[in-house]
Amino acid sequence: MNSRVAYIAFNTFREAVRDRVLYNLIAFALLLSGASILVGEISIDIERLVVVNLGLTAVSLFGVVIAIFIGIGLVSKEIDKKTLYTVLSRPVRRWEFIVGKFFGLTGTLVVNTFFMALGVLLALLYVAHKFETMDAWVLVALYFIVLQFLIVCALSLFFSTFSTPLMSAIFTFALFVIGSLSDDLRGFARITHGVGGWLATAIAYLVPNFSALNVISQVAHGDAIAGRLVLYNTAYALLYSAMAISGAVLIFQRRNLK
Amino acid sequence: MPAIEILDLEKNYLVGFWHKRPKPALRPLRLTIEEGEVFGFLGPNGAGKTTTLKLLMGLVFPTAGSARILGYAMDDPRVKSQIGFLPEQPYFYDHLNARELLNYYAQLSGVPAKGRSARVEQMLGRVGLADSANLQLRKFSKGMLQRVGLAQAILHDPKLVFLDEPMSGLDPMGRREVRDLIQQLRSEGKTVFFSTHILSDAEALCNRVGVIHQGELRGVGAVADLTAQAKGKVEIIFYAQKVPAGLAEFGTEAKVSGDIVNAVLPEERQDAALEVLRREHIKLISLNPVRASLEEYYIQKLRPTENRMGAGV
Repeated sequence: MNSRVAYIAFNTFREAVRDRVLYNLIAFALLLSGASILVGEISIDIERLVVVNLGLTAVSLFGVVIAIFIGIGLVSKEIDKKTLYTVLSRPVRRWEFIVGKFFGLTGTLVVNTFFMALGVLLALLYVAHKFETMDAWVLVALYFIVLQFLIVCALSLFFSTFSTPLMSAIFTFALFVIGSLSDDLRGFARITHGVGGWLATAIAYLVPNFSALNVISQVAHGDAIAGRLVLYNTAYALLYSAMAISGAVLIFQRRNLK
Repeated sequence: MPAIEILDLEKNYLVGFWHKRPKPALRPLRLTIEEGEVFGFLGPNGAGKTTTLKLLMGLVFPTAGSARILGYAMDDPRVKSQIGFLPEQPYFYDHLNARELLNYYAQLSGVPAKGRSARVEQMLGRVGLADSANLQLRKFSKGMLQRVGLAQAILHDPKLVFLDEPMSGLDPMGRREVRDLIQQLRSEGKTVFFSTHILSDAEALCNRVGVIHQGELRGVGAVADLTAQAKGKVEIIFYAQKVPAGLAEFGTEAKVSGDIVNAVLPEERQDAALEVLRREHIKLISLNPVRASLEEYYIQKLRPTENRMGAGV
């Protein structure tokens, strides 16, 4: 990473961790993980399943909310407040600014996920009293959740380069919801013919495939995750994020900062 | 080599529902600023001053034309390490304190790690913020933000400094400090290009000024020349409680303040007026030719084009 990208990433990270709203969101996520213990205790014999399901879902949802909440303002806020002017009047290229912002936001989410995951694992230890081999798959599910965040960060940053924070939030969240249903969308595309089928197929492959990155239910049941899926999902998330960031750079390179 | 060479730089924004109608923000601008010069870019609000600065900073892209800064094309990345920029009404990352902000900008400007902290401390001291260095910027007053803005603009020791309305929103003391700072930059041999609509600041600081209005450069001139232009009138100040009868015949515009009369009359009547004063045994205080002020030049340039025909520079 070039040094200017690293400086911008660190400043973005520092800005996020000094925002009190972030801590409220993390506290909510931890509270939900804690609550899963209570729900687990009234669910006879399926305590582990409930804790893993609820805990990981909380990590995923709150992480996405944080990614969207911070990501949508990354560029537009800097333009509105004119903080960008004193950055771009230095030897900083526009692509460096975008990439730095992306890494800063991703770093923030990785650190947040670490703390939220710690909450889930402690809740799991509380109900199961010990870790088992199958709990290792929880870590894989957490890794996939981080990959989801990578894509959400890239998308919110992409929309942030050309639209208002509100519209960026709507676009990103809509894509997250559609992407989470992409398996159903692909199924629908397979049974539909003509223009509708073609359109459904195009949309199914264009929206991020968050379904493939969601293995919470599987790991909650103690099912193993194939190594090939880890590889494919990693490549997919990196490629999709890179494309979204490239799009953000292309738009931002041409944008007049009025 | 000129510090700034603007070659028919032009900017139109597309407005209207379909973004099809061009609205000129800057009409083709041709201007050269020499190294070591302090140049004042004058004009009312919305004249095109900020647009010009944004174009030169690469924040907006020109519709046509180009510019060279310190010998490089304005979009050459090498330019940026040699220039400093203070935007109008600056706002900075309010989660940082002044020291952290300057350190961040020093990193981005490529100030070497060794000596970076010392440079930051030096700048904080120079703009009088050493005692507030650890205070978060969200708690800063407008004047303090302006000082941070100036510090960040000169932090990396640039050859050329662009300041957009540097005195805007400052109290008289703050304005004085900014003026002193610009004078220091001039004595260090830096080129300063600053926009303002405060004419007294421009008159006190600039070698040359340019007047822009409605996106069009209306005139450029050396401050010394503009203010030295005699207007064919003299100002006579003397002790008296009323204007002597003989003086009133010379087309005199007079103002009586207590025991002092301030009279302005055509230069060719000067000797006759002095003769009247001698005859009346009136004590003379001073006699000076009336010179054009920058304000008059500015107002003259702001008049509609048809009224300015044959108006000079």
